[in-house]
Amino acid sequence: MGIEGIGARVARKEDKRFLTGKGRYTDDMTVPGMKYAVFVRSPHAHARIRNIDVSAAKAAPGVIDVLTGKQMLDDGIGNLICGWMIHSRDGSPMKMGAWRPIAHERVRYVGDAVAVVIADSVLEGRDAAELVVVDYEVLDAVIDPLAALQPGAPQIHPESENNLIFDWEIGDSAKVDEAIANAAHVTEMKIRNNRLAPNPMEPRAALGIYDAAEDHYTCYTTSQNPHLARLVMSAFYNIAPENKLRVIAPDVGGGFGSKIYIYPEELVCLWASKRTGVPVKWTSDRTEAFLTDAHGRDHVSTVKMAFDANNRITALKVDTIANLGAYMSLFSSAVPTYLYATLLSGQYAIPAIHCNVRTVYTNTAPVDAYRGAGRPEATYLLERTVETAARELGVSPAELRRINFIREFPYQTPVIMNYDAGDYEASLNAAMQAADWNGFEARRAEAKARGKLRGIGMSCYIEACGIAPSAAVGSLGAGVGLWESAEVRVNAVGTIEVMTGSHSHGQGHETTFAQLVADRFGVPMDSVNIVHGDTDKVQMGMGTYGSRSGAVGMSAIVKALDKVEAKAKKIAAHLLEADEADIQIANGELVVAGTDKKLPWAQVALAAYTAHNLPSGMEPGLKEGAFYDPSNFTFPAGCYICEVEVDPETGKTEIIQFVAADDFGNIINPMIVEGQVHGGLAQGIGQALLESVHYDGSGQLLTASFMDYAMPRADDLPSFKVSHQNTPCPNNPLGIKGCGEAGAIGSPPALINAITDAIGNNNLEMPATPEKVWALINA
Amino acid sequence: MTKVTLTVNGRTMSGECDDRVLLVNFIRDKLGLTGTHVGCDTTQCGACVVHMDGKSVKSCTILAVQANGSEITTIEGLAKDGELHPVQAAFREHHGLQCGFCTPGMVMTAVDMIRRHGGNLDEQTVRHELEGNICRCTGYHNIVKAILAAASEMNARQAAE
Repeated sequence: MGIEGIGARVARKEDKRFLTGKGRYTDDMTVPGMKYAVFVRSPHAHARIRNIDVSAAKAAPGVIDVLTGKQMLDDGIGNLICGWMIHSRDGSPMKMGAWRPIAHERVRYVGDAVAVVIADSVLEGRDAAELVVVDYEVLDAVIDPLAALQPGAPQIHPESENNLIFDWEIGDSAKVDEAIANAAHVTEMKIRNNRLAPNPMEPRAALGIYDAAEDHYTCYTTSQNPHLARLVMSAFYNIAPENKLRVIAPDVGGGFGSKIYIYPEELVCLWASKRTGVPVKWTSDRTEAFLTDAHGRDHVSTVKMAFDANNRITALKVDTIANLGAYMSLFSSAVPTYLYATLLSGQYAIPAIHCNVRTVYTNTAPVDAYRGAGRPEATYLLERTVETAARELGVSPAELRRINFIREFPYQTPVIMNYDAGDYEASLNAAMQAADWNGFEARRAEAKARGKLRGIGMSCYIEACGIAPSAAVGSLGAGVGLWESAEVRVNAVGTIEVMTGSHSHGQGHETTFAQLVADRFGVPMDSVNIVHGDTDKVQMGMGTYGSRSGAVGMSAIVKALDKVEAKAKKIAAHLLEADEADIQIANGELVVAGTDKKLPWAQVALAAYTAHNLPSGMEPGLKEGAFYDPSNFTFPAGCYICEVEVDPETGKTEIIQFVAADDFGNIINPMIVEGQVHGGLAQGIGQALLESVHYDGSGQLLTASFMDYAMPRADDLPSFKVSHQNTPCPNNPLGIKGCGEAGAIGSPPALINAITDAIGNNNLEMPATPEKVWALINA
Repeated sequence: MTKVTLTVNGRTMSGECDDRVLLVNFIRDKLGLTGTHVGCDTTQCGACVVHMDGKSVKSCTILAVQANGSEITTIEGLAKDGELHPVQAAFREHHGLQCGFCTPGMVMTAVDMIRRHGGNLDEQTVRHELEGNICRCTGYHNIVKAILAAASEMNARQAAE
C-alpha cells in the first residue's frame, strides 16, 4: 500500500469542484432554447378523470404547450414497468396494474401527474398549471394496507382483487410449525417498519433534448444508473431505440435508492421535447419530492421465534404485509421478498424458517428500495425479537447471541443465502469493549441519581449486498443481470482512463477506483481519470446501489487491469528481450526482476500505440475491457451498540454513544468507508427516532416538507465510534464485501433496544418520538 | 420586471427579473452562478446559504429585489487566487462532503459561524449552529471535524500574523 494505493486514506479528487461551486448537477445544465416543465398533479388520492380543460392554461403568458396523458398514450409511450417477476404461493404471477407516466382516466395517489405545462420559465409554468381545469370524480381511497386487503375496500387496480399484488412465501412452513409447537419458549412480536422518504438533498431533475436533425434524444437525469435508464426507456417506454438515445447522469446529489427508478418525469421531458421542438427541463421542488419520489420500508409483521431449553433458536416464523403504494415501482417486488426474507437467518444458526409476504396496493406513493432495501426490515425484526427474547429468558443480550452465532463457513441458511465468511463474535467483542458494556450499569445508576433513564441496546446485523449473481437473480425473477463492466484505456503517453458502469453520487469512485490503478501500476492518481455516467462514453453498466460498486464494479476494473497488465508485460518483455514471467510492475516502471533493465510505464504505452516493435501477431493499442458477474452476494456483518439517556419529563432521547464494529472484508479507502458508515447510521437513527411519512385517512400527505418530516440534523446525532474487524470476501478478487448500506441496516434496532431498556417498556414503535416515549413512561 | 444590481464576489452584476423571483434563482439563472443550490422549499435545508453584506443568509428566502445594491459572496467567491479557503481545505482533508450538494451552503455557514464565534468553537456549539443546514450523506460527523479543524487553523494563522 503506497500513499495512493489500496488501503490508503486518499483525499478525494472530486472534492475540488464540489467545494468551489463547480459541480454540474442536472438543474445546473442549460441549453439554448430550453423551456421548463411544470406538472399538474392530482390533489385527490383516488379519482376518475372526467375531463381536462387546458385551454386557459395554453393561453397563459409564456406557455409553449400543455400536454395530457391521452396525448402520451396516443403517441405510443409505454407503461412504467416493474423489473422483477414474483409468483404467489399458488404459482400465479404477481397481479400488476398499469402505471401511465401521465395519468389517463384515473389517478391513484396524491401527486399522480395529470398534465404538464411547458413554459418559458418555472414561474410562468406554475401560474399556467393553476389554470388547468381537471374535472375529477373523487373515489374512496384506502391508505392502510390491512384495510386495503379487506373485501369491500376501494379497488385500486382491476388486475389485483382486494388490492393483493402477490402472496409469496419462502422456507419450510411445516418444519417451523412443528418446532414452535415443541418449543421450550416462544417470543412473539408485532413489528412495524415505518415508511420513510429518502430525501437526497438534490431534488430529482431531468432535461430532455430532442434533436430533430438526427432524430436523436439526449436525457440529462439525476439517475444512479444511466444505462439502465436508457435500456428501460428504449425497450419498454418506447422513447427511441438505444442507439438514438443518450442518457447522461452528471453530478448527482445523493440517491439512496430513490434515483434508481426511471420515473414519469424524465420520460415526459423527452417526449415533450419532441412534441414541442424545444429542450424541456424539469426540476422537482421538495414537496414534489415528498409526494413522488419512491418511499421506503412500510412493513407490518408478526414474528414467532422458538427456543429450545438451551436457549438455541429452533425456528422463526414471519408474516409480513408490505405496502407497495399505488403503482409497482421498478424493483418494488424484490425488496420485500428476495432482499428481505432471505436475510431472516441473521447471524444465527436457525434450522427452520418460514416467511409469508403479502404485498398490497394503497392510494399512496409507490414504495421501493431505500438504503438497505429489505435488509433493514429483516434486521429490525430479528434484532428486536432476539433482544426481547433475551429479556424474557433472563439471559444477557450478548450471551443469547453468542449461543446462536453461526461459526463455520460457508454456511447455507434455510432461506437461499449461503454466507461466505465472517466472524460475528469478533465484532460483538469489539463493540462491547468500545462501548464499555461492562461499565454500563454503573452509568445507569449515576444517571438515575440525576433523574434520567439510561439504556443500552445491541444489534448484530448481517446483510446481503454486492448485488448480484445474474443467473441466480434471473432464476428468482429479475429481468436484468447484475454484473458490472469496466474498460481500462491506457493512452498513448501513459495516462489512463477507466470507463466504469458504476455511477458515483457521493461514494467517491473517482478517487477509490483510481486508487486501484495507482496501486497496480504505480502511476500517480492524477494521471488516472474515472469516467462514469454517460451512455455515449461507457458502453454499458448496471449502476450504483445495493452496495455493489466495490464488490462488483471494482472487480470488473480488476479484471480489465489484469488484461492490461498482461499485455504491458508482454510488450516490455519484448522490448527488454526478457521473459514475460520476469517482468514486474512497480512505481510506474516495468522492470526485469533482479536487474536494472526497466522501462517507464509511459514508454511501454507509447510502444503499444506506435506499434513499431511489438511482439509478432500482437495488435497495437493498450485498452482492455471486462465484465464481472459475481458468483454470490457478499455478506457484510457487524455489531452496533447504542447507549441513550432518556429525559422522563419530556420523553426526549439523547444518544450518549453509538458504537459500530463492522466487517466489510477488504477496504480500499478507510476514510470513505467511515463516511459511508456515518451516513448510514444517520439515516438509521433518523428512522428510529425522527422520520415517518404520514398520510391522513383520505390520502393527503401530511409530511410533505422539512417542516413536517423530521430529518436528522447535526444536533440530533453524536460523533460515532467506528471500527472494523474484517474477514475478506473469498469470492471476488479484492476480497471486498461493501459498506454503503450497513449503517442504515444495523442501527434502528440498536436504538429501539436501548430506549426500551431505558424506560422498561418494550412496546415502542419507530420513530421513538418524545411523545411516544413519554406516553410509555407514564402508561 | 425590475432591474437588480448586486456586487457578487467582488464584481458588479445586473439583471432584470420579476419582483417575485428569489435571490437564489436570480444568482443561479440570471447570473449563471450555479454553485448555490436549492434543496427545499421551506427555508430548512441551508443549501442556498450565501453571505449578504457580511452575514450568512438563506438566499431562497430573500427576494432578488430585496437584495438590490448589496454585496454578495457565493461559494464561487470563497477561494482566492486558486487557493482554497481554510474551511474548504478542511472539508476536503476531513472528508466532510460526499455528494457535494449541501456543501456550498455548509461551507458558507461554517465560514460565518467561525467569524461570529471568533474561532472559539466546540463540538456542541458547532452541531447547534448547523441546525439550519441539512446533510443526508455524511451524518455530520466529518463536517463537525472539518469545521473545528478550520477554526483552529484560522486561529493559528491569525495568531501568527
